[in-house]
Amino acid sequence: MPKDVPRFWREIQQRYNMKGNKCGSCDRVYFPPRESCPYCRRESMGKMEKIKLSGKGEIITYTIIHVGPEEFEEQVPYPVAIIQLEEGPKITAQIVDCKIDELKIGMKVESEFRKIQQDGSTGAIYYGYKFKPVE
Amino acid sequence: MRDVAVIGIGLTKFGELWDQSFRQLTAEAGSKAILDSGVGGKDIDAMYVGSMSSGRFVGQEHVGALVADASGFSHLHIPSTRVEGACASGSLALREGYLSIASGVNDVVVIGGIEKMNDVGGSAATETLATAADQEWEAFFGVTFPGLYAMIAKRHMHEFKTTREDLARVAVKNHHNGTMNPFAQYQKEISIDTALNATPVAEPLGLMDCSPVTDGAAAVVLCAADRIGDFSGKPVKIIGSGQASDTLSLHGRRDITTLDASVHAGKMAYKQAHLKPSDINLAEVHDCFTIAEICAIEDLGFVKKGEGGKAVENKITTIDGSLPVNTSGGLKSKGHPVGATGVAQIVEITKQLRGEADKRQIKDARIGLAHNVGGSGATCVVNILEGM
Ligand SMILES: [Zn+2]
Repeated sequence: MPKDVPRFWREIQQRYNMKGNKCGSCDRVYFPPRESCPYCRRESMGKMEKIKLSGKGEIITYTIIHVGPEEFEEQVPYPVAIIQLEEGPKITAQIVDCKIDELKIGMKVESEFRKIQQDGSTGAIYYGYKFKPVE
Repeated sequence: MRDVAVIGIGLTKFGELWDQSFRQLTAEAGSKAILDSGVGGKDIDAMYVGSMSSGRFVGQEHVGALVADASGFSHLHIPSTRVEGACASGSLALREGYLSIASGVNDVVVIGGIEKMNDVGGSAATETLATAADQEWEAFFGVTFPGLYAMIAKRHMHEFKTTREDLARVAVKNHHNGTMNPFAQYQKEISIDTALNATPVAEPLGLMDCSPVTDGAAAVVLCAADRIGDFSGKPVKIIGSGQASDTLSLHGRRDITTLDASVHAGKMAYKQAHLKPSDINLAEVHDCFTIAEICAIEDLGFVKKGEGGKAVENKITTIDGSLPVNTSGGLKSKGHPVGATGVAQIVEITKQLRGEADKRQIKDARIGLAHNVGGSGATCVVNILEGM
């Protein structure tokens, strides 16, 4: 688990604000942001433009985690999904505010800023995005 | 490029081996393979060692040299290199050795694969396996390694109507095969109900959909085909070898239910061997989870995409089927000491092509394929072997 403070701090922009980027050559959107576009490679160098993602998307697939890592043990069972965002990229995140038996592939979801995990009961708390069903 | 053959194989028992150390396991598998091949220490030009995470599992890095030392070769100063590609580390080591002979640099190479996973507790083992996934963009958000394969399974079920029974049948078949393999971690049958009612791990996967945590080592000796006459080991030729990579994260892939790295590595190996999927007599595929075997037989072209579940139901992949898969018991029943797995697959294929697989021998097996995956599909290696 990425527990080191600098390692977490470096990703704050992306994890707190869902900042991705867009290839200036083919318009493909990436999250997390990439140094170059895998489709355009050298054509995209210097043309990767920062954008904020809407945080809206739909569930492509999901699982219910029953055996979790130490930092997540208190949360089991909890759902994790791959979400396809409106802008194109797919990302992995927990689903909240949804009954487990109501989860389904194709469900529309939106991102929320939440606590993700904690280093023990007194340790650092790490934040980021989770997704909840769109009303 | 020169032709290359496997001329020696060695395997330790797979399981929870509390009384054996990393060093003992590696020395046991290595010496068995070397004795089987008939080469002497002075004939060995190089060694390659596959280990995913000796640093986290036993607190020891630098295991290339350690393995050469433990095998008794320190005074011969044999070059020994450790290779890592998560659960595909063993086949990557094999392929590096293969390439070094094919290129003409080396004539005789020893390949070792090892993982000693039970010295740490279960949760530490799980956490270490998760390092094969994307730590920043997958694991951080709470997805586990079984969770990734569970999401592949869920999507496969959604798109192709694959069922939990199809998954369970993979486990039942591989446990059945494992009963005939004295090296396997589990040598007992399981019923489809046992598989279906097992404790959930990451839905839709339960405990019986998952390969176990295993200690074990495997080794093979590779030799330039034009020098096999110099040694007594019974040769099996490597006629095709492919390797491919893909995004580290599952969500980054083109398609959630296809491991494109498997497709590409497979095509590369088939092309070199001038063979089609239907020419393969048996295969050892990477069934770290039951769904992984279903995806593998599709991605390697044995059945069409989406028909993997049906193929298992129709018993195509059983030991008496038209394409026996995982005669060794696979990762599910034989066990999955991650760095050793790719090498152990080559050991099984070699035994089959030599006609030495005892009760699980496939009649007239001539061509076998081994398929080894790292992570959720970011690395894949496929090797095709032919009996001589
Ligand atoms: Zn582009």
